[in-house]
Amino acid sequence: MTDISSTQQVSTQALKRTSFLWSVLRNPLGLLATIILLVVLLTAIFAPAVAPFDPSHVEIFKVNVAPSSDYWLGGDGSGRDIFSRLVYGARNTLVGASIAVAVAALIGVTGGLAAGYYGRILDVASSWVADGLMALPAIIVLLAFFQALGSSIHLSMAVFGIMLSPGFFRLTRSLVRSVRNELYVDAARVSGLSDFRIMWRHILLVIRAPVVIQASIVAGIAIVIQAGLEFLGLGDASIPTWGGMLQDAFDNLYVAPISVYWPGLAIAITVGSLVLLANVIRDRMQQGDAPPKVSRLPKPEPKPSPISSVSDDTLLDIRDLVVGYPGKGEWKQVVKAVTMSVKRGEIFGLVGESGSGKTQTAFAVLGLLSKGGRILSGSITFDGIDLTALSASQMHALRGKRIAYVPQEPMSNLDPSFRIGWQLVEPMVSVLGISQAEAKERALALLARVGLPHPERVFQCYPHQISGGMAQRVLIAGAVSCKPDLLIADEPTTALDVTVQAEVLELMRDLQAEYGMSIILVTHNFGVVADMCDTVAVMRDGAVVETAEARKLFAAPGHEYTRMLLDSVLEDPDTRTYSPPKEASA
Amino acid sequence: MTAPLIECEKVNTFFGTFHALKDVNLTIRPGETVGLVGESGSGKTTIGRAILGIGPVTSGRISFEGQDIAGVVPRNRKGDAARIQAVFQDPYTSLNPSMTIEDILTEPVVARRLASKDDARAQVRTLLDQVALPADAAHRFPREFSGGQRQRVAIARALALHPKLIVCDEPVSALDLSTQARVLDLFIELQERTGVAYLFVSHDLAVVRHISHRVAVMRSGEIVEFGECDQVTAHPEHPYTQRLLLAAPVADPVRQQERREAFLSLGKEA
Repeated sequence: MTDISSTQQVSTQALKRTSFLWSVLRNPLGLLATIILLVVLLTAIFAPAVAPFDPSHVEIFKVNVAPSSDYWLGGDGSGRDIFSRLVYGARNTLVGASIAVAVAALIGVTGGLAAGYYGRILDVASSWVADGLMALPAIIVLLAFFQALGSSIHLSMAVFGIMLSPGFFRLTRSLVRSVRNELYVDAARVSGLSDFRIMWRHILLVIRAPVVIQASIVAGIAIVIQAGLEFLGLGDASIPTWGGMLQDAFDNLYVAPISVYWPGLAIAITVGSLVLLANVIRDRMQQGDAPPKVSRLPKPEPKPSPISSVSDDTLLDIRDLVVGYPGKGEWKQVVKAVTMSVKRGEIFGLVGESGSGKTQTAFAVLGLLSKGGRILSGSITFDGIDLTALSASQMHALRGKRIAYVPQEPMSNLDPSFRIGWQLVEPMVSVLGISQAEAKERALALLARVGLPHPERVFQCYPHQISGGMAQRVLIAGAVSCKPDLLIADEPTTALDVTVQAEVLELMRDLQAEYGMSIILVTHNFGVVADMCDTVAVMRDGAVVETAEARKLFAAPGHEYTRMLLDSVLEDPDTRTYSPPKEASA
Repeated sequence: MTAPLIECEKVNTFFGTFHALKDVNLTIRPGETVGLVGESGSGKTTIGRAILGIGPVTSGRISFEGQDIAGVVPRNRKGDAARIQAVFQDPYTSLNPSMTIEDILTEPVVARRLASKDDARAQVRTLLDQVALPADAAHRFPREFSGGQRQRVAIARALALHPKLIVCDEPVSALDLSTQARVLDLFIELQERTGVAYLFVSHDLAVVRHISHRVAVMRSGEIVEFGECDQVTAHPEHPYTQRLLLAAPVADPVRQQERREAFLSLGKEA
């Protein structure tokens, strides 16, 4: 049902397809850079039409003249029109830069694709070559080549392109390595695609944007280096170039100081535009779908918490809780008026499918909503304290001491660079204010309590040295170390194997009985609910559709959604019987 | 007795010194679903990848209709052996985010030169129909679809080459409960209509019981039990399978309590 109807609401997203280019152009800097580059490019292409004079046209009386209606930007040291030379210079400069970029990209991207995709020897060898190239001082190599190969600046730029190729190589290689093991590449291989086609169609498509950015930056570098070489007098003096013009202007600096600006500005503005454009594209890519600014949203109106008479055996009482995240022009509510109460010493199941708001409800109790999220209205009363009224530091003091948390992914919640022991001892020292020695003693006892066979050894281990099931036991040990009144477990066994899950659930049940704490168990698995919970709340789209005692819920589900979910639980009395297909399908 | 479609004989795979598959024997008949159950690291994905030709085989034979395909990469497989396809676990990464659904569905056909681009495009609608996706899905991108819909696209891609066998690696594990049931029913319906066989890899005994004809249980690279679905998933003989079965909680507090006590009485695994 949901997976069919949701296609309708996404059709607006189709508009996003062309919007990347648009959003770059909508950025004022992006637009400016694009316009400048277009102007330079068109000038270079249509140079003969734009330039009023031939670039080598000499008028002996106009040596170093000031700008006039004839020579718009003045004359150079040989009496040639600076403007015309600038226009033709653009052409030669762009051709040189294009050669460098093309050579660098061709070698770098091809090599990076091959090295990243095939790995092994090819990768090692080509990485060595790339490192070697990067270690060479480019200018000196170019000067040496210049001696050997003569005055062609194009050849020099081709050599420079080779020198620049490691940049493309390393970028491409690391990008390819990150997508090589994606399942869609596997899928393409299973479909029988050739390696070439996989690289061309799947991998290149994904890595094109970073490569474009790199090309833009490399083009800027190439223009600067090319101008530098020409400025040093390398290159064909008969061809007008920006670097050559700069040199000429420099020679006549005392006679016509203004002439040095024109080629200088041309180089600066072109290179600046290239870098700017690259930055705008990169920013656009990194920004992704950033959440809208909170300040533009209507202020949530705080509702006075309803004074509720709560019986003594209620530990946690949630009333009309609304949690929202910033959306387009309004708060997007992910938890809508949820009311529930958790008794002391009970295991309360919060069950629902993805997006039902069950985790958000739990995080609201913990005071750990993701960035931008906020409680818009309602109250959360924990043992007589209104949690929504607490400051961040008050909440911090409560968390870990009276309200503890067990996460879904045990491994990502242990810091890989610290030993397990330290990660258990440190919070105890800071929260309970006990000595290191006492904390260590307690930690060892806890590790034994949660069923780890060799507590001392685990105490000394780093997280990567233990299994996922052991890691979850360690986290449970940490969570109960301060004897909390409420333990919030968010899908605590979803990432574990089923036999490990059974053991970890048994442990949680044991600890619950021993400490008499309440547990909120967030899960999507009705088997786990049946195994653990006293009371269950079923959530859908941010709202609780039904709350009931567990046995009642399973025996006689009240809400049609609960019935639908329970019907989806696979329990087949009969299995399928095999019969060979009648005809081979073509 | 029907001749098997796939026959794995003493398949061994080593990753370095790690013995990932140990003398695995497995048969799949035409139009049959063989469920493959095991915990993480048991080698169930490795055998699936070996059959697909995208994972290594160190020794042993994998024959498809008599032809040995062990270690042959998919693009070098000829004839019917090319008709082994896959549906992977994670519908979010198994579809290229920058290709439209139409590109995704036509690519296998065009790459194998089974049809021209235009003919392949014409077939897209039929494929989308088969997996109950709207026809206008063709020109959209994967990100515009939910997990269940993406998995339907992945199934359609597998169907495009008229497969004889689809290796399904945890295809419903990432899906919500209600979506999972519908996708499983789609798998069954397609099998009944086209006669495709499935190797259905999953960690979930209930899922495997729902769809399989026969079930194999793997542990540490070995198949510890292989038999009729009902027998393996309801009355297992091997102690490990019994442990797996009792560990999976059932959605009924009363029966789950019995099951839990039975699991605990098994004690810690030796």
